[in-house]
Amino acid sequence: MTEQGLLQVTLYLAILLLLVRPLGGYMARVYLNAPPAGPSRWLTGIERGIYRLSSIDPDQEMCWPQYALAVLLFNLLGIVAVFVLERWQAILPLNPQGMAAIGVDSALNTAVSFATNTNWQGYGGETTLSYLTQMLGLTVQNFLSAASGMAVLVALIRGFSRHNAETIGNFWVDMTRSVLYILLPLSLVFAVILAGQGVLQNYAPYQTVTTVEAQNQAARQQTIAMGPVASQLAIKQLGTNGGGFFNVNSSHPFENPTPLSNFLEMLAILLIPAALCYSFGVMIGDTRQGWLILATMAAIFIPLVLLTVAAEQAGNPLLANPDVDQAASLTQAGGNMEGKETRFGIVNSALWAVVTTAASNGSVNAMHDSFTPLGGLAPMALMQLGEVVFGGVGSGLYGMIVFALVAVFIAGLMIGRTPEYLGKKIEAFEMKMAALVILIPPLLVLGGTALAVMLDVGKTSIFNPGAHGFSEVLYAFSSAGNNNGSAFAGLNANVPFYNLSLAIAMLIARYGLMVPVLAIAGSLAAKKSVPVGAGTLPTHTPLFGMLLLVVVVMVGALTFVPALALGPIVEHLQMIGLH
Amino acid sequence: MSKNTLSTSLFNRDILQQAIIDAFAKLAPRQQWKNPVMFVVYLGSMLTSVLWLQALRGQGDAPAGFILAIACCLWFTVLFANFAEAVAEGRSKAQASFLHNAKRDIIAKKLDEARYGNPFTEIAASSLRKGDVVLIEAGDFIPGDGDVIEGVASVDESAITGESAPVIRESGGDFSSVTGGTRVLSDWLVVRISVNPGETFLDRMIAMVEGSQRQKTPNEIALTILLVALTLVFLMATVTLLPFSLYSVETAGSGHPLSITVLVALLVCLIPTTIGGLLSAIGVAGIGRMMQKNVVATSGRAVEAAGDVDVLLLDKTGTITLGNRQAAAFFPAKGVSEKQLADAAQLSSLADETPEGRSIVVLAKQKFGIRGRDVHSLGATFVHFSAQTRMSGVNLKGRQIRKGSEDAIRGYITEQGGRFPADTQNIVIDVSRRGSTPLVVAEDKKVLGVIELKDIVKGGIKERFMELRQMGIKTIMITGDNRLTAAAIAAEAGVDDFLAEATPEAKLNLIRQHQAEGRLVAMTGDGTNDAPALAQADVAVAMNSGTQAAKEAGNMVDLDSNPTKLIEIVETGKQMLMTRGALTTFSIANDVAKYFAIIPAAFAGTYPALNVLNVMHLATPASAILSAVIFNALIIIALIPLALRGVGYKPVGAEKLLQNNLLIYGLGGLVVPFIGIKLIDALLVGLHLV
Repeated sequence: MTEQGLLQVTLYLAILLLLVRPLGGYMARVYLNAPPAGPSRWLTGIERGIYRLSSIDPDQEMCWPQYALAVLLFNLLGIVAVFVLERWQAILPLNPQGMAAIGVDSALNTAVSFATNTNWQGYGGETTLSYLTQMLGLTVQNFLSAASGMAVLVALIRGFSRHNAETIGNFWVDMTRSVLYILLPLSLVFAVILAGQGVLQNYAPYQTVTTVEAQNQAARQQTIAMGPVASQLAIKQLGTNGGGFFNVNSSHPFENPTPLSNFLEMLAILLIPAALCYSFGVMIGDTRQGWLILATMAAIFIPLVLLTVAAEQAGNPLLANPDVDQAASLTQAGGNMEGKETRFGIVNSALWAVVTTAASNGSVNAMHDSFTPLGGLAPMALMQLGEVVFGGVGSGLYGMIVFALVAVFIAGLMIGRTPEYLGKKIEAFEMKMAALVILIPPLLVLGGTALAVMLDVGKTSIFNPGAHGFSEVLYAFSSAGNNNGSAFAGLNANVPFYNLSLAIAMLIARYGLMVPVLAIAGSLAAKKSVPVGAGTLPTHTPLFGMLLLVVVVMVGALTFVPALALGPIVEHLQMIGLH
Repeated sequence: MSKNTLSTSLFNRDILQQAIIDAFAKLAPRQQWKNPVMFVVYLGSMLTSVLWLQALRGQGDAPAGFILAIACCLWFTVLFANFAEAVAEGRSKAQASFLHNAKRDIIAKKLDEARYGNPFTEIAASSLRKGDVVLIEAGDFIPGDGDVIEGVASVDESAITGESAPVIRESGGDFSSVTGGTRVLSDWLVVRISVNPGETFLDRMIAMVEGSQRQKTPNEIALTILLVALTLVFLMATVTLLPFSLYSVETAGSGHPLSITVLVALLVCLIPTTIGGLLSAIGVAGIGRMMQKNVVATSGRAVEAAGDVDVLLLDKTGTITLGNRQAAAFFPAKGVSEKQLADAAQLSSLADETPEGRSIVVLAKQKFGIRGRDVHSLGATFVHFSAQTRMSGVNLKGRQIRKGSEDAIRGYITEQGGRFPADTQNIVIDVSRRGSTPLVVAEDKKVLGVIELKDIVKGGIKERFMELRQMGIKTIMITGDNRLTAAAIAAEAGVDDFLAEATPEAKLNLIRQHQAEGRLVAMTGDGTNDAPALAQADVAVAMNSGTQAAKEAGNMVDLDSNPTKLIEIVETGKQMLMTRGALTTFSIANDVAKYFAIIPAAFAGTYPALNVLNVMHLATPASAILSAVIFNALIIIALIPLALRGVGYKPVGAEKLLQNNLLIYGLGGLVVPFIGIKLIDALLVGLHLV
């Protein structure tokens, strides 16, 4: 790893850390019903207007099954809306390129993908979707799926902060506030900055231009895709969605034109998930708890960043001959540049890959399929850990809190005390729900991968033979089964088998986890709050952080080591062995 | 406490023999089904056995010898887990039946009418029903648990408590309860039997140990859920390995797909069999350990709750202070000198062997140099304390000295036509107000004065409370004393809080208040008026010497009637939870090494590069897999002593405790199997078994 690389990673982390407190504190105030004065005053007016229009009583609280039902119905509505838009886009306005209706399986896959905050893309944006579908379908879901995750998180936090309570809040209120006070203002500012950097924002038809290589007959004409990119891009990054406007996502010059835009887009990915840790601390009245979770996430994240950057910078030993120069120098980034933009080089591509898979974002600025085996292992492992290292907005933290419940349970046993976390006793019901949350993603990932490599329809989509082909399938299901949406590429996933199986995986991974999390919230809210005593295990200490880290890593490792051994690990061993 | 010597050694021959038989009996599917983790192993054993039979007919997916070896290891894993449970049950049962033996073959004298002097019929104690009234005379065994409704008698309860000094049992009040199997030494009692046969707390406990009645405790259930979840994860990880391996073999074009035998072996190695196999043994052993401390728990839930207690309510007398008070001062009545009083008090106490009596002699010597006198030369006859008179004293030539409670002496004086003086009355009130006990001394019909018996805080109790504080447990002293006295003793003993002038209602309210704040409350009690509070408390230890009502309201009975034991009960509860936690962590940490053993063995045929992961350098794929499976089975046996004894508990604070246990069982669990598997592999190779 180069010195300059280290500097870039450090700068990224430092700026991210600086933003955690202000944004986290602001979000906590939004959810604690005390939005700060100033410009948010007229937002309050809009908020009231929304409730009046949709005849919602913001003071009417929901018990957990009601809350869960509201989440499910609202998201179902989102799926239907996107599906209908895709199917009817040919006859709807804002379709200058005359895009045809999307096929049923692909439309369903995309609708589910965006509603579940996965943003797996089996389609190519600029070649299949109209501007209307992109804006009204996908961009809207980018906001709403992110807000759904945040709402469920807030409900879970209320489970800790309340006692002897039957309700966990009002979904419509949590949803509205997430969008209105947090996601919309941030996206607005970010979209303007991005547009300033050269990201497109127009409704123009695609441009046909004559290339500079005009002498070459075949390549004389080139079609350049246009569209309202910046407005979708901002929330794509901020809401850990990741679904690119263009097929190549943020490696496209109009979606990620400059080093600054690249840096800001990376920052936007982890911004809200990291800041929510602090909001969590504020909302339960003990910020140390929030910092500990953040530190634990960072303790998993940073080594994987270093691993990936180092692996990519080291390059491919099989290419070590005098004709290939893989060394970093003033004139080149060095390392394994296959599938990477020369604009971004090794560090920013590798960092992006880890950031986007740590958070369940999934946007890319380089092709992960072309990473070295270990470089590709880190993104895959981050997804397989259950998207809890930062994870999706809201969903990452609630996933991590569920892991904390398991860690507390084991710790409680180790010190001879019925476990408690944040003053709540963790009992059989919570363990049952926590078990579901931890079980479901691995079942989807392993089950889906097994199905795909058994069936011919699964195997024919694999481009690369051998262990790498296996990695491609495993990566796809790791991505869908954890609602990440990142694609390894190298797998033709736009076929009915993958569209449908991945859609099912995304649905179960999202709602199969949200419902038990809400059940935990309801159960915790109903409990008494146990006062902290000398016998209480402190959950804000490095020791507990280490235990939490070990639990997360062990569960992930024990589940996926055999599969990883047949994919990236053997690839790596073969690579260095052949050398 | 002689009974504690009973077969507490871990591996008593009889228990072991029986346990081996039970281990096979527990192979019944119905028994296995109760333990989901071991049930998976059980199914795996059957499956591999079938595969072996198939292999014998030439259709095996692996060599028949290898499959047989794996199948045997799996069967042994199941048997070892059964054995662990059987040993725990055997030990606890032996302990319980020792207590139970006392009750056998007793003939009860069932009264036709519930009054002394009525005719009775002799029937077997085992046929007594609740509500039956029996007569017990000197020398008789008490046929069952019950309440004294008539009579006063001294009872030898050593069979239950191990304490040789007889105790007084009488109708009414807090000493009205009798326990089956104890023996009346003098006088007689009429007792109403309060439980049906088979329902005494001993019976309840035995049933619980035997498993038929044993309900899983809440924490056990939660842990089982976690273990089942882990089992499912590993089931998925191994089941999907078959298609993965098929695909890998297909694309790599070398090696063989995994055999079912290897997959089953991998699965059994990975699922948490160590804790799964020992889980119920830990629970039974917890109850057994309580019994070793002479505490009978009537539910496993109570034992577990004991580990969680946040607040301890402790009666002052007997727990914090010595039950017997010590003489601190003489207060003579008007017209009597202090020395005169001291002299009479000393005389009356010379033959009094109670601690109070001895302390009076000591005080008289300290204050006035009154020496011990030769009792015989005085021609004195001593009057010992009796349940009826509630006084003791001495009869000299022409002098009758008595000492006793104010009530008793007042009665004695009045009986002889004397008068209880008003100034003495005031002294009595003063002394009581200080929280001390006044003992009135009278000679013939004249009151000489009052001896102040003071509470003495037990030695070492302050340190115990400090430990409790470190365990996170708040101690509250309960006393009938006034606030001032209570505060003085509370400060001296170092309790966190106290409840003075405690009434049963105040006690009950205090418990409710703490529970409403989310705390778990433990208390001890013996009187009938303690029963509501006992019923309300989360951990309620009734003294065996207490009333039947108290015993029924509590969820544990302390046979020694030692209130300080609550602290040990808490420790035992904690140990039980910790043992589960330690073995769970150990079990999961073990998996890392097992992966390193099995993954290269399973896939090196397809991808030779994976041999790099064979960090233990195990000889062959077959020896690697066998070693892992054998280690997995043997570790259960190796950990049985730990499961039965429990993990040691030190009150060092939650954080430090967690750190220690993580180091021992987490890190240990990581390292030990690497060594164990390597050794077994070396042994297998050395013996040319593979």
